[in-house]
Amino acid sequence: MMTLNAMDQVLYEAQRQGRISFYMTSFGEEGIVGSAAAMDPNDPMFGQYRESGALLFRGFNLDQVMNQCFSNDLDKGKGRQMPVHYGSKQHRFHTISSPLATQLPQAAGAAYALKRSSITTTPNSNGKEDGQCVICYFGEGAASEGDFHSALNMAATLECPIIFFCRNNGYAISTPSVEQYKGDGVASRGIGYGIDTIRVDGNDVWAVYAATLKAREIVVTQNKPILIESMSYRVGHHSTSDDSSAYRPKKEVEDWNLHDNPLTRMRKWLTNQGWWNDEVQEITKKQIRADVLKAFGDAEARKKPSIPSMFEDVYDCLPQSLVEQKNEIMELVRKYPDYYRVHDFAKEQQ
Amino acid sequence: MLSINSITRTVLKRHVLSVSLPRLLPTALAGPLGQSRHYSSMYDFEAEPVRGANIGIKHTNLLNRSASGIRTNPELQQQGVSDNETKKMNYCQAINDALRIALGTDDSAVVFGEDVAFGGVFRCTVGLAEEFGRERVFNTPLTEQGIAGFGIGMAAEGHTAIAEIQFADYIFPAFDQIVNEASKYRYRSGGMYDCGGLTIRAPCSAVGHGALYHSQTPEAYFAHTPGIKVVMPRSPAQAKGLLLASIRDPNPTIFFEPKILYRSTLEQVPVDDYTLPLSKAEVLQAGKDITIVGYGSQIYVLESAIKMIERDMPGVSCELIDLRTILPWDVETVADSVNRTGRLVISHEAPKTQGFAAEVAAAITERCFLRLESPVERVCGVDSPFPLAHERFFVPDVVRCYEAIKRTLKY
Ligand SMILES: Cc1ncc(C[n+]2csc(CCOP(=O)(O)OP(=O)(O)O)c2C)c(N)n1
Ligand SMILES: [Mg+2]
Repeated sequence: MMTLNAMDQVLYEAQRQGRISFYMTSFGEEGIVGSAAAMDPNDPMFGQYRESGALLFRGFNLDQVMNQCFSNDLDKGKGRQMPVHYGSKQHRFHTISSPLATQLPQAAGAAYALKRSSITTTPNSNGKEDGQCVICYFGEGAASEGDFHSALNMAATLECPIIFFCRNNGYAISTPSVEQYKGDGVASRGIGYGIDTIRVDGNDVWAVYAATLKAREIVVTQNKPILIESMSYRVGHHSTSDDSSAYRPKKEVEDWNLHDNPLTRMRKWLTNQGWWNDEVQEITKKQIRADVLKAFGDAEARKKPSIPSMFEDVYDCLPQSLVEQKNEIMELVRKYPDYYRVHDFAKEQQ
Repeated sequence: MLSINSITRTVLKRHVLSVSLPRLLPTALAGPLGQSRHYSSMYDFEAEPVRGANIGIKHTNLLNRSASGIRTNPELQQQGVSDNETKKMNYCQAINDALRIALGTDDSAVVFGEDVAFGGVFRCTVGLAEEFGRERVFNTPLTEQGIAGFGIGMAAEGHTAIAEIQFADYIFPAFDQIVNEASKYRYRSGGMYDCGGLTIRAPCSAVGHGALYHSQTPEAYFAHTPGIKVVMPRSPAQAKGLLLASIRDPNPTIFFEPKILYRSTLEQVPVDDYTLPLSKAEVLQAGKDITIVGYGSQIYVLESAIKMIERDMPGVSCELIDLRTILPWDVETVADSVNRTGRLVISHEAPKTQGFAAEVAAAITERCFLRLESPVERVCGVDSPFPLAHERFFVPDVVRCYEAIKRTLKY
């Protein structure tokens, strides 16, 4: 949680300085980490974009974060997507897609596939074959898309082993949740689709953990979806392209941050247990910040992915049209190397 | 980089452009342009085509920096607004102004979409909710198919529905409503019903850091849909007149706004209520040797490429045409031009294969085959999704346009 917070601070600032093109913070929503902790590391994850905490929990490291945000030659996504659009097969985290809610029916399909293949393939990390479970994150705003509704209905009728995890943070950019829906949050919809649902205090990490753990148990033992609505508050701006003072009072943000923040609550709990104090806090914070800055500097110094790599992965191999376009563009690049700043890009790997 | 002087000193190559002569004519012969000319061939020496040329929107001559462009514009003269007050506006303000006029002149008009009430993520609807009330300018839940369908329903009941899709990249959940519903509402009812009062605005195209999902220019998908109109203006004054025309046109219209222009273009715009004609292209620069066709923000790239061509090939003049409306498009204006010039280059930012340039090329080949002196060229986006780190190689940039125009001229 502290790493997530430190990383968000550095990368948010870096965007302000024009060093990366875009960023989205998880300020106020660090409690998401509890859900990742309750899952098996082999469970497939589908995210929306504000779930960096879940991915970090899985072991996606700071270098990987920074390489993606700088779209450098070590970015596994080959520098194609905007910052925070992470993906990692190693961590069974499907690559983020900006169009909202598209991941929901996909996650239901993935869950159905898991159900069909769970007998034959990967056991869980603990070696037990008690079945796997997909977790799919989305915002309360995205839940207004048609894809949300088809996903829940399909997962319910086809009995898919999946947890739909709604991060209800009160806003979809400027639109407050009171303008997003008239019903009782997103949770009430689960009931309508015949899905067992629980609403949880998203700023209480342990509550998020406990709810997700129980949900997972139900999913894998009874082969049916569960919906979790996790109530939190988006303390940060929507993204670096947004200034939330245009649509919500500063006081509202300050109040949430002061009185109901997952980091502060976790810290208090640890302190009450006698496992944490101000000194440990300071030392840990310093160390984490140093780690973040180190990864940041390393990633920033690297070149962009090689130019020819941009033609890869459209298909499994290049169709004729792309071969021709690649040849034309590479010829221009050779002809005008300065104009195309070829030195900013890594050399083609042979 | 070589300076112009050093190049001129180094190499002088005889060159002639044959405009209406057969293409196999030896280039050393004098052509109908006058005597043969000398010019320095940058091509052979691989010098940067840009070479300090003032390119890009900042240096464009296509914006009305003073009101004189408004005074002499025949379309505005026809509307009777050319001599009246003008105001400096950027593209975003011009859209805002058009929406304000639409709301002010039509009680049935509403403006809605995601985050529209506080002014929209691009600030195009700023102040409208305060002025006209939240009942007429409102946020919708986050659902593009809902927004489009809702707008169709309002329009089918005779109201004016002006919807905003936050990014053109996010119009696809509404694809079914647009392609199967909006476009066919009139036809399927035998003309009893229509949803002509619907206009869908969507910011589109590259901005330098938008990557896959904040950069697309999806006009071609919609251009394949009889029953809707597709419009993409290049400047503030154009945007205002074309948006009001789209809103008042009795057909459903998709209105694409190249979002890079929102703040980068600034020009004098008539303060009055006016419309500009749909389905009418505009010749921005007359020329005799080649026709260059584009629309939206690509117009400024083409303008720059033409400047460089005319610098490097003295005597050559290029005709630049802005299509403005992509469906139904103005084939006449383009064909007339190509019949005079004999050459055609079309450029757009969307991927080349099945892009709108293919339609222009085919239609012009049908009409002007005997007049063509070189193959029609398309300069377009790469046939791939839109990349982040490699954006400058994906887009049909000024160098790629320059090279294509030169290749076509020299064919
Ligand atoms: C289909 C689609 N429409 C619109 C957008 C633009 N958009 C990006 S994020 C966002 C708000 C999402 O809100 P929510 O789901 O509540 O997630 P949060 O940002 O609050 O975490 C919008 C409208 C988009 N990315 N995709
Ligand atoms: Mg939200």
